[in-house]
Amino acid sequence: MEKLRYERPLIKRLESEMPNKFGMKAEHFPKSHIDGVAVKDLLEEHGSPLFVISEKTIRNTYQRAKKAFSTRYPKVQFAWSYKTNYMDAVCNIYHQEGSWAEVVSGFEYDKAIKNGVPGKRIIFNGPDKTISDLTKAIQNESLIHIDHLDELYTIVELTETIKKRPRVAIRVNMDTGVYPMWDRFGFNYENGQAWDALNKIMASGRMDLIGLHTHIGTFMLSAKAYGVAARKLADLALGLKRKYNHDIKYIDLGGGFPSKNTLKGAYLPGNDTNPVFDDFAEEIASALLNSEFSPDALPLLILETGRALVDDAGFLLGTVISNKRSSKGKRNTIIDIGVNLLFTSFWYDHKISPAQEFTHFNEETTVFGPLCMNIDVIRESALLPLLNRGDHFVIHSVGAYNMTQWMQFITLRPRIVLIDMNEKVHIIREAETMDSFNKFENTPEHLKKFEL
Amino acid sequence: MKIKPNIAVSDSGFVFNPDTGESFTVNPIGVDIINYLKDNKNTGEISTQIRQKYNVEQPTFEKDFDDFVGLMLNYSLVIND
Amino acid sequence: MTKKRKLTIAVSGLNAVDSPGPGVAVIRALREAESFDVRIIGIAYESLEPGIFMHNLVDKTYQFPYPSAGVDAILERLEYIHSIEKLDVFIPNFDSELYPFIKLEDTLKEMGIHMFLPTMEQFEERHKVNLNEFGEKYGINVPKSKAIHDLGAIYSISSEFTYPVLVKGKYYDAAVAYNMEQVKTHFNKISAKWGYPIIIQEFVHGTEFNVTGLGDGFGNTIAAVPMRKQYITDKGKAWGGISISDKRMLELTDKFLSQTKWRGGFELELMKNKENEFYLLEINPRMPAWIYLAVGVGQNIPEALVKLALGEKVEPFTSYKVGKMFVRYAWDMIVDMEEFQIISTRGEL
Ligand SMILES: Cc1ncc(COP(=O)(O)O)c(C=O)c1O
Repeated sequence: MEKLRYERPLIKRLESEMPNKFGMKAEHFPKSHIDGVAVKDLLEEHGSPLFVISEKTIRNTYQRAKKAFSTRYPKVQFAWSYKTNYMDAVCNIYHQEGSWAEVVSGFEYDKAIKNGVPGKRIIFNGPDKTISDLTKAIQNESLIHIDHLDELYTIVELTETIKKRPRVAIRVNMDTGVYPMWDRFGFNYENGQAWDALNKIMASGRMDLIGLHTHIGTFMLSAKAYGVAARKLADLALGLKRKYNHDIKYIDLGGGFPSKNTLKGAYLPGNDTNPVFDDFAEEIASALLNSEFSPDALPLLILETGRALVDDAGFLLGTVISNKRSSKGKRNTIIDIGVNLLFTSFWYDHKISPAQEFTHFNEETTVFGPLCMNIDVIRESALLPLLNRGDHFVIHSVGAYNMTQWMQFITLRPRIVLIDMNEKVHIIREAETMDSFNKFENTPEHLKKFEL
Repeated sequence: MKIKPNIAVSDSGFVFNPDTGESFTVNPIGVDIINYLKDNKNTGEISTQIRQKYNVEQPTFEKDFDDFVGLMLNYSLVIND
Repeated sequence: MTKKRKLTIAVSGLNAVDSPGPGVAVIRALREAESFDVRIIGIAYESLEPGIFMHNLVDKTYQFPYPSAGVDAILERLEYIHSIEKLDVFIPNFDSELYPFIKLEDTLKEMGIHMFLPTMEQFEERHKVNLNEFGEKYGINVPKSKAIHDLGAIYSISSEFTYPVLVKGKYYDAAVAYNMEQVKTHFNKISAKWGYPIIIQEFVHGTEFNVTGLGDGFGNTIAAVPMRKQYITDKGKAWGGISISDKRMLELTDKFLSQTKWRGGFELELMKNKENEFYLLEINPRMPAWIYLAVGVGQNIPEALVKLALGEKVEPFTSYKVGKMFVRYAWDMIVDMEEFQIISTRGEL
């Protein structure tokens, strides 16, 4: 007789307010395959933990976003926000789909150029652009989004030596009725700073003012805020039209749409409540179409969507190290993934699915990473099936910001693989090794030897 | 260690402690264990029986068994002899 | 006498803590419906919801995943129940169920399960956090309120409000504060439990009134029964009340319905101040626990709601008996442990 799959014995007291298995907030579906490839095989071949990116999900999500906007507004352009995930393979999927690049540092700028993005198709954001960054960007005719007056004056100065007219926009911050208001980047709309900066640019006569930009925040749960933002930028554009008879070419509403993740402390799952592309597209398109732009001078709508495009395409696969019971009797599960790899666990209750079949019995569990620090908690409380040591699991929606904000701390960073449209697996970033790590170090001669 | 004689477990995994009025649910392997305990089997015998039925190594099971029995002790369902 | 048709109706909210769910009252109303007979399917979240054990009212109960489990889990469980029971109508009675069920309304309709719920826009608009805008938009008196997101913002309260003020959580909880220090204490306590924002609301002194009713989604008032709370528990819930004839409350209800085109059952919480003005304190997007009073005075709101859900025409109720009271009583049932065991381990009873 074949033996049954083992599950550890479980006893639970029925408490008056305790929901039973039918009422539990469980994450009940096993995730044994990603795009047809078995989680077990992936971990066997590439080691645990492992980041997996689904090319199929990226392309599908992108096309959904594109469709939501382009069916409602005639001119739409996405620009891939590099900081969200700048694995070259990932960036290039977006470029193949038609995305421009949006960068916020010289490093990201060079990455985009190296990937083959034409200078004219790079949007350069951020408060820290060096003189050499700006020089490069002017020469390549990139779209420079001015963040502050010091930058504006630097660009004016540079035009004395560079014989090209910089193509610029300003970044605007504003009150869109959401909290918190991001007012540290760019020029404020309500107090007139933004209008003042636009006048200074027009007065300089040395640049082409071609766009207006804002990025109102990230993981925005209100689609209405984007309607407000679009109307405020439209208002500035129409001011330019009235005063200078100057048409701007684009309005860039930045990023900020949420993925399907659930924010910590939210009662309902993000998958149910977070607005989707159609909701945002509806608000933005109506705001622009109902504004006073004449129909033949509608600006191009640029979107720098990051998180919402890539988050759900990323998975983090791992293995259970141990099950323990805390001093207070609560179940603790230790996994081989810590906050050093999963930075976003500080904000999200990431969904965790076992990679193999299991029964409906589950236990409230705190999921800890392997690091030697108290804050290394992946989930404070998750109802998980009875995972054994060595069992595999999949953490969902990790594609955004983790592969750029991860830290090399205590352990080395693992491989990243991509599953392509034909379910073929490619390594797109190697696991770090002692050698790759030590390459950056240098030990002075007198510190090389010791005796113990 | 013995299970209290008035503790019963149903096939569906419902356990009632008439002394305290508390009720519990257990999973199928837990039902097996409670029934073995009621038959006065010792730890070694239980471990053998379980390993015949389920795909598990001895150290893993024994660790989980200790944890399970520890909780039962905590809930006053078993008594140390 | 012609035989009445038989409908299978699922009803949630079978709980009875000190602020009881409306489920059992709704079921009583449905059992007394003139236009149909019912088989009642109870929907329970916990094993000790009293309705589960009231076999004269509830034919069969299923346990159900909490709204926080997500739409997919809810749908999966519902498909299972529907495959056995062939539901005609589903009546969710908890605020927290409404979000997922409004989302699921079309899907359920395709399965043949009818509901009669407010639209997502109506549901969001009436939210506490948006009450000020709501009042302005529809010209209804509401207490001044302000959503605040961090402690820094409470310093402006003293200049904008006169004490005392109410400090309210996003979903539940409210406390009265007589000075800044108390606002701070309540702010910290409530935000720790329910998150941000916290709503600071002008405290309206006066007498509490409620209206329950039913809107058809086109702006018409199908039913409306005003009630004055006579006995109020320390949680602020009516434990006794009396139907009254106040014209202005009915006008206010008509205005609310015609302006918002509210669809479904509702409860308006009103306060009448010393100047005899009504203030709208809260809009509950479902029937209240005292809904059986409406039946008692001649307006079977649950029955009408079921007919609207099925797409049938319903004539508006035009009158009700004034001066009828409800006096609530808590009742101890004797239940076999066997039953508790079955619902706990099988999720059905
Ligand atoms: C200027 C700018 N654009 C776009 C983004 C991408 O935002 P998200 O990932 O929220 O879509 C960011 C992120 O911080 C940003 O700063």
